Amino acid sequence: MPPENARELLKIENLHAWYGESHILHGLDLTVHEGEVITLLGRNGSGRSTTLKAILGLVGKRTGSIRVNGTELINLPTHQIARVGKLGYCPEERGIYASLNVDENLVLPPVIAEGGLSVDEIYQMFPNLEERRKSQGSKLSGGEQQMLAIARILRTGATLLLLDEITEGLAPVILKALDDVIRKLRAKGFTIILVEQNFRFAAPLADRHYVIEHGQVVEQIAAEELEAKQDQLNRHLSV
Amino acid sequence: MQVILAQALLGLNVGVFYAMLSLGLAVIFGLLNIINFAHGAMYMLGAFIALIGYSYLEQWFGISLQIGFWGSLIVAPLVVGLLGIVIERTMLKRLADLDHIYGLLLTFGITLILQGLFANYFNVSGTPYPGQPEVLGGVLNLGFMFFPTYRMFAIVFSLVVCFATWYVIEHTRLGSRLRAGVENPQLTQAFGLNVPLMVTLTFGFGAALAGLAGVLAAPIYSVSPLMGADLIIVVFAVVVIGGMGSIMGAILSGLALGLVEGLTKVFYPPAANTVIFFLMVLVLLFRPAGLFGKEK
Repeated sequence: MPPENARELLKIENLHAWYGESHILHGLDLTVHEGEVITLLGRNGSGRSTTLKAILGLVGKRTGSIRVNGTELINLPTHQIARVGKLGYCPEERGIYASLNVDENLVLPPVIAEGGLSVDEIYQMFPNLEERRKSQGSKLSGGEQQMLAIARILRTGATLLLLDEITEGLAPVILKALDDVIRKLRAKGFTIILVEQNFRFAAPLADRHYVIEHGQVVEQIAAEELEAKQDQLNRHLSV
Repeated sequence: MQVILAQALLGLNVGVFYAMLSLGLAVIFGLLNIINFAHGAMYMLGAFIALIGYSYLEQWFGISLQIGFWGSLIVAPLVVGLLGIVIERTMLKRLADLDHIYGLLLTFGITLILQGLFANYFNVSGTPYPGQPEVLGGVLNLGFMFFPTYRMFAIVFSLVVCFATWYVIEHTRLGSRLRAGVENPQLTQAFGLNVPLMVTLTFGFGAALAGLAGVLAAPIYSVSPLMGADLIIVVFAVVVIGGMGSIMGAILSGLALGLVEGLTKVFYPPAANTVIFFLMVLVLLFRPAGLFGKEK
């Protein structure tokens, strides 16, 4: 369940989203409280990544309501959404700019609010990246790219982090490092939405889980209910 | 030897104009993926703004104001850049999702309109620009030749502009944001950067560079409605040789091809006008992405 007295940070109501003619989200509702870590679970194509993209205005068309701290984002252009909503986005494909080096990738996103980590703090958290500061983005390993993709949004002052499939294709040792990073971010008070296929990675980290099917939330499970609802969850996630 | 050095320097003088124009084209293509055929017309416009500012303001508008050469170096790029911004916002923006050919056809049409407008009021054979500042008059004794001071100024000024532009794009935060906006515009916007505005301003900057080159060219060449059309095909060849979109490629190949053209005038004058196209064919055969371009 959400932390006691926690404020509603993000509230999505009746969200519909389209890519061209394809109607992907069909009236999705969800709420995230300040300081929570939640996961969006579901099969491939269920609409989890599209939910994050719809929040950011990266889909062709969207209707409904997306409010962050009570401010409506649905009609804002993409470049204003991150600033108004204090959002940080880590895309599924990591989105590391091949033509920029690590330092340039890191300082690329503008500071959108006070309270972001300094470059030194970020390099303390991700020492591997500091060793490769001048390497081009394209020369980094998958794990390093993932670390950089997370690191660069921590500088911006974003308080709500949207992390899309951050464990995809990564070795177990990197997953452990990512687990540590998410725990540290949570301890620092970040609010996090994780889109994850790797349920074993996400389960111990999250306060609540939303299960999405056919572009709608079909189940909401609190961390403490997980054991009791395991069969139900397996039914939703099995292929 | 003296002849070779003298021709090399004259070639370099032509080369800096190739470099400045191809740089503007490369900025616009490399960062925005627009093949801007109107670049030559922007160059012509820059030269005409200098000419009109110096000689026609009172005659046409009854304003007793004369914009001299130094003022034109500021006014002309601003006006041409502003026109570029209007063209991008009102027309090119609508073609963003279409094939390159549509942008090329649109800018070709704009070129014809601008050339036609100026040809209607000015002599097609060219009008001399009388506003060259006195301080840049006379010649410099270089030992192996007497070289016009103004031409030396044009070389140095253009080189400074070219390398400053390269530095900004490759080594500043503004440049890295521009490059990021090209590589992944959606994600860059998701970070809170206004990519459409960056696109517009970049197009305006590329157009302003052409306008600036036009002002620099005005005291050397006759100001004519077709001066851009004569140059733009060669400049496209320079960009192809340098590598479409490569900033440093555009600068270095512009300078080098000016030199090659100058030296060809010494060794085999009939080939001087075609040597660049011959080199373009060779580059396309053996290195299709250009000397400094990257294969996609």
